[in-house]
Amino acid sequence: MTHLIMLPLVFLWFYPYAWSVVSSIRPQSETILGGANLIPQEFTTENFERAWNQAQFDAYTLNTVIVTISVVFLTIAISSLAGYALARGRMPGKSIILIALVGSMFLPKGFTIIPVYLLIDAMGLNNSLMAIILAEAGSAHVMPILLYMGFFATIPAEMEEAAKVDGAGYFRTFWSVMFPMAMPVTATVAIFSFIGAWNGFLTPLVFTLNAPELRTLGVGIYAFFGENTIDWGGLAAAAVIAVLPVIVVFLWLQKYFVDGIAGSIKG
Amino acid sequence: MTAIEKIDLAEADNALSEGHEPPGPPERKKNDDLWSRMKAHRWHYLFVAPMVITLLLFTLWPIVASWGYGFFDWNGFGPLEDWVGLDNFIEAATDPAYWNSFGNTFWFAFASVFIQAPLALLFALVLNNPKLFGRNVYRVLIFIPVVSTTAVVGLVFAVLLDTNRGPINVALEAIGLDPVNFLGSSSTALATVIAVETWRGLGITMIYWLAALQTIPVELYDAAKIDGAGRFASFRSITIPLLMPFAIIILLLTFITSFNAFDIVQTMTAGGPNGATDIVATYIYRYAFSPEQFIPRFGYASAAALLFGVVIMALSLVQLIIVRRVRRRAAGLEGSK
Repeated sequence: MTHLIMLPLVFLWFYPYAWSVVSSIRPQSETILGGANLIPQEFTTENFERAWNQAQFDAYTLNTVIVTISVVFLTIAISSLAGYALARGRMPGKSIILIALVGSMFLPKGFTIIPVYLLIDAMGLNNSLMAIILAEAGSAHVMPILLYMGFFATIPAEMEEAAKVDGAGYFRTFWSVMFPMAMPVTATVAIFSFIGAWNGFLTPLVFTLNAPELRTLGVGIYAFFGENTIDWGGLAAAAVIAVLPVIVVFLWLQKYFVDGIAGSIKG
Repeated sequence: MTAIEKIDLAEADNALSEGHEPPGPPERKKNDDLWSRMKAHRWHYLFVAPMVITLLLFTLWPIVASWGYGFFDWNGFGPLEDWVGLDNFIEAATDPAYWNSFGNTFWFAFASVFIQAPLALLFALVLNNPKLFGRNVYRVLIFIPVVSTTAVVGLVFAVLLDTNRGPINVALEAIGLDPVNFLGSSSTALATVIAVETWRGLGITMIYWLAALQTIPVELYDAAKIDGAGRFASFRSITIPLLMPFAIIILLLTFITSFNAFDIVQTMTAGGPNGATDIVATYIYRYAFSPEQFIPRFGYASAAALLFGVVIMALSLVQLIIVRRVRRRAAGLEGSK
């Protein structure tokens, strides 16, 4: 009974994906004349070739991979160190840092983009992948830091003391004892920042306005569609190139993703 | 959110009690004390340093700088010297197009709270049933748009909704209906973009609700059943009250996220036709970055952003206060049991 309602609804969720996949592997004319039809008559790799070679989606993919990996590493480094210090240390000024951090969560991203753009421009980094990486990795650490804080706060102090007795310094204690224990948190943070960075749009759009060769996939598809409004086959192929990797990563690390979301609600 | 709340509260309390440390040692000694405590924690400071630096550069500085830029007529190049006082703010406040984008932004917020969140709850209630065959497949399918690049979702829907050959209009014609110019007509464009954004974001809200639903012990429902309560009765007297504290947080989250609709609007309509789908984010983007505008107006765009930012901060604060109050009441109820 429930399925009778769920199936048509889920079809609504499934259709755009099915359309993209099918349209990417059938000739352009079939897509444009075929209407809502999802059954390909002929198979072709033309759309992918056009997108990959002519429309430079090879470069866009590489840019996206570089940006995403860098953002993931930076986010993990910055937030695990901060989360550890904020959970274990009782240093003066800690509460001020925390209040500023949590307060920043209420700031919608589109409204800081101008000063961030001008700042990075002033650093002389505009029109470089570094600009996108810095702007993406520089903000939005609230959730990862809170996740790391929550985790490190539960580790008994004896662990640290034992490491210290063994002669490990602060950094060694962190790197070889604490950080490896936080692996589940690191996985959660990694998948969130991976998806966030891969799907980023406004930041890479703004920093590549004068440097088309640095576009990431989202921006590349936007520009491609702006220039080739009728190339639906090329668009579908580009969409598959852009979305497939992130869906694969999501399906693979689903558990951590859903746990992370659930954790942010339950606390 | 809860974690954030807790830490936030605990720290605020700490800050207060630290400030009023009752056994007051002489001023001099206190300073030495602070210094030695800071020295003892030098490693901790080093560990938080990267975070503090990025927070200063990419969050706090932008807030300060926006206030500064807002008072200048500035294209982003050369020194800031053309002071125009409140002109930018006045211009934004008297521009009907600005208020139009402001209003549209709130339509997105309204839809997220009153359409997306209840719809997601409905889905969550259905998919929370452990006996439902294939519920994980349903969940994953509904969730996938959340992890898909929003810009791509927007462009694919722009094609699907195309007036001439778009699959949706072809299907409408096939069943004898007139084609609809979904994105090209001012009367349907906003509703269409909001519908797509609802479609896209529903999955994450559904996961929030599912997480909340799973905190309700199954035994409660069993007990209600023994007492002869029907499905609706147990929904009303078990599910709703127990979901309440979560509901406030979930609504707050969807509300805040609704202001990030830039990607979907920019890719589907870029604010058109005739501003019908323009939101504050696309409005600001146009003035600061759009290549069609030959001279960027960073000063004006900053003022427009600020005006909006202040409203959002105020609204978020009000909501935060409500959340805390509800939390406290919920805690009080638990304590009295």
